[in-house]
Amino acid sequence: MNNLLARYAENIFWMARYMERAENLARILDVHETFSRDVHGFKNWHTIVRLNGDDKAFYGRYQTATAESVVRFYVLDSQNPTSIIFAVRAARENARVLRPWISTEMWAQINVFHNTMQTLTSADVSLPNISRVCGKIKEACQNHTGITEGTFYRDEGWYFYLLGKFIERADQATRLLDIGFNTLTGSTEGSNASQDFVQSHALLRSVAGYHAFRRVYPRGMTPAAIAGFILYNESFPRSVVLCVREINAVLTRLKSRYKLRGGNAAMERIDEIMAALNSRTIEQVIEDGLHDYLDLLQVRLSAVTSELSRSFFGYQPPEVSQQQEA
Amino acid sequence: MSRYDQGGFYDELFGGNGNTAPHAALIRERLAALDFADIHRRSEDAARELYNLGITFLIYSEQEAEDRILPFDVIPRVLSAAEWRRIEAGVVQRVTALNLFLRDIYHDRKIIKDGVIPEDLVLGNSNYRPQMIGLKVPFDTYIHILGVDLVRDGEGVFRVLEDNGRVPSGVSYVVENRHMMQRVFPDLMQNLGIRPVDNYGSKLLQAVSEIAPSNLKDPRVVLLSPGSYNSAYFEHIFLAREMGVPLVEGSDLVVIDDRVYMKTTNGLAQVDSIYRRIGDDFLDPRAFNSDSLLGVPGILEAYRKGNVALANAIGTGVADDKAVYCYVPRMIKYYLGEEALLPNVQTNICREAEGLQYTLDHLAELVVKPVGEAGGYGITLGPLATKAELEDCRTKLLADPSNYISQPMVPLSVCPTLAESAVEPRHVDLRPFVVTGRNTWVLPGGLTRVAMRRGTFIVNSSQGGGSKDTWVLEDDAP
Repeated sequence: MNNLLARYAENIFWMARYMERAENLARILDVHETFSRDVHGFKNWHTIVRLNGDDKAFYGRYQTATAESVVRFYVLDSQNPTSIIFAVRAARENARVLRPWISTEMWAQINVFHNTMQTLTSADVSLPNISRVCGKIKEACQNHTGITEGTFYRDEGWYFYLLGKFIERADQATRLLDIGFNTLTGSTEGSNASQDFVQSHALLRSVAGYHAFRRVYPRGMTPAAIAGFILYNESFPRSVVLCVREINAVLTRLKSRYKLRGGNAAMERIDEIMAALNSRTIEQVIEDGLHDYLDLLQVRLSAVTSELSRSFFGYQPPEVSQQQEA
Repeated sequence: MSRYDQGGFYDELFGGNGNTAPHAALIRERLAALDFADIHRRSEDAARELYNLGITFLIYSEQEAEDRILPFDVIPRVLSAAEWRRIEAGVVQRVTALNLFLRDIYHDRKIIKDGVIPEDLVLGNSNYRPQMIGLKVPFDTYIHILGVDLVRDGEGVFRVLEDNGRVPSGVSYVVENRHMMQRVFPDLMQNLGIRPVDNYGSKLLQAVSEIAPSNLKDPRVVLLSPGSYNSAYFEHIFLAREMGVPLVEGSDLVVIDDRVYMKTTNGLAQVDSIYRRIGDDFLDPRAFNSDSLLGVPGILEAYRKGNVALANAIGTGVADDKAVYCYVPRMIKYYLGEEALLPNVQTNICREAEGLQYTLDHLAELVVKPVGEAGGYGITLGPLATKAELEDCRTKLLADPSNYISQPMVPLSVCPTLAESAVEPRHVDLRPFVVTGRNTWVLPGGLTRVAMRRGTFIVNSSQGGGSKDTWVLEDDAP
């Protein structure tokens, strides 16, 4: 059987990751603008900076976290490795290398998306336009997902695409929960309660989970229930557990269908993550410290990527790639 | 089109020299019926689509690299079936002679012993590879892909301007231009009987597979590219896709025990045949340029042992050298006993005293070319040069005569081309592509390059040239 060129596997993996990342970043910015205002109309844009662990990079370049500066930093700043424009460019660079491999439609869509991003100006991302721009970016990413689903040939490469997508999505979900959860106070009365409602709403919206959550919990909306939903819900497409199960299934498929010899180490890391996800209730996790728990998940997801690099992307010891972990 | 003036040149759509180009009559008629604004709009659609599809090449200036589309002119160049038969026979004859020449100079050197071509021109040539001496290559084919640059003179005669027998490029534009025409001008093409060009990839794959070692039924073929910073990277992508083979870079390949392997997700897989888009100098840092990071260390030994095939073979550069070019008509006579079907452009070899003197005496009428350069670099066009440029050229010539040849300025044929405010004549050339494995196959048509600026003869993409779709008609009307 003709196996996939190792470098292609790596490029496919990262193309998927960067597109998924761009979508998640757009979701965060969009939701933040639309929903996360407290009763005084104050928007805590600093939250986003913290969410991405970018305090140092951000305040090295901007004085205060205003809507303008934060959005510019995360949408337009090509020097910022956690910006959308950076993610899209990286996705496009990977896609460019993959042009003999991916469908023409996939390539053309990413290329046009990238070209459009290059033409965005500060005015385009000024406060009144943020939601529209983020919406367009999200749509472009979903376009990519749809075109990929409908045109990408389903061989080995497809599985590396899924690996990249689900690892990134799981990682982004933990980051989002980490910061979103901290803004929730758990109050049931007074102005804190109404702020909680707005923040909970925003958190769920940013993972497109509000309606699904409502279906599962028609009456209550406690911070613990939201955290549990994002981490453990077996049917929610952006939950951590669902992503991890998908990764596991893909790795199994690569072994059985394509007889890949590598991948055992990555599967062991996945087993560890599954164990962590199954061991405790959300209440216990919160009591012991949600932040540390999410941190651990991120570290283990990153370990999965390292194992994939070692097993599949390099043949020889991994040039742990120059591509960006979030 | 009504005020179109071909300006005394032979015209690809209107003819000249007594020939009225009857084969193009219907196309002329259809073009004339189109509204100028409509042609312009469709041309802009095409340019946008090319950019969106990333059909671009990288151009380097100072320190910047810019992604540009090759300007695409929507007015086609049309060759009659009879014209094409002559060209096709001519380039097949030419590649046959060049391959015989290469076999000869790496084995018995009869052509040198018989005094047909000077020994030092061959053996002293920087592109002569001693590593190839005595090595047998499948079907005695060295040049699997040849691009022949043709120009058409004032009489309408096609002449060979140069051969590209190393790593010729441009074929991707032939196919993509056709796709673009089918999208934006389906009405122009209807029922004309234009010969298709889409099967280039499968013909190329067939040739590259045929030369794989030891009768493998399903040899593993790859395309070896210098990488995404190469100006022709789009073409590498295109060809890998059309051939259905992996596009690899040097670092994807490794040589173990004189066998070439590709790094896959499941370890190493042996590679049997390589269409390489890397020049000899950069192919194997162990054997040639040790600074090269592009190549594959040890690949030459694997090749010499017959464990892997390369297309083109190593050492073909000596056959497309601009000085050796002058001897190709004599080569054809020597090996095939035939006259060249496609004449050369008359050429003065400055390494010879007579040629140098003639060149110096007629500098203002001649085109002076360095023998080692490609892409139109370093050329002096005598009739268009300033006094200072001519003096500069004279100095360079005297300093290193053997680095130069000179040719009369061929009045290149023109073809109607879309300009800012009208359809105007622009000069064109033609590069047919010749693919040889066991047999030879010629892609009908080839790349028509067009000088987009009025009056200029330089058609190279690096110098602002563009391209046109080239139509070869299946039959000429009786």
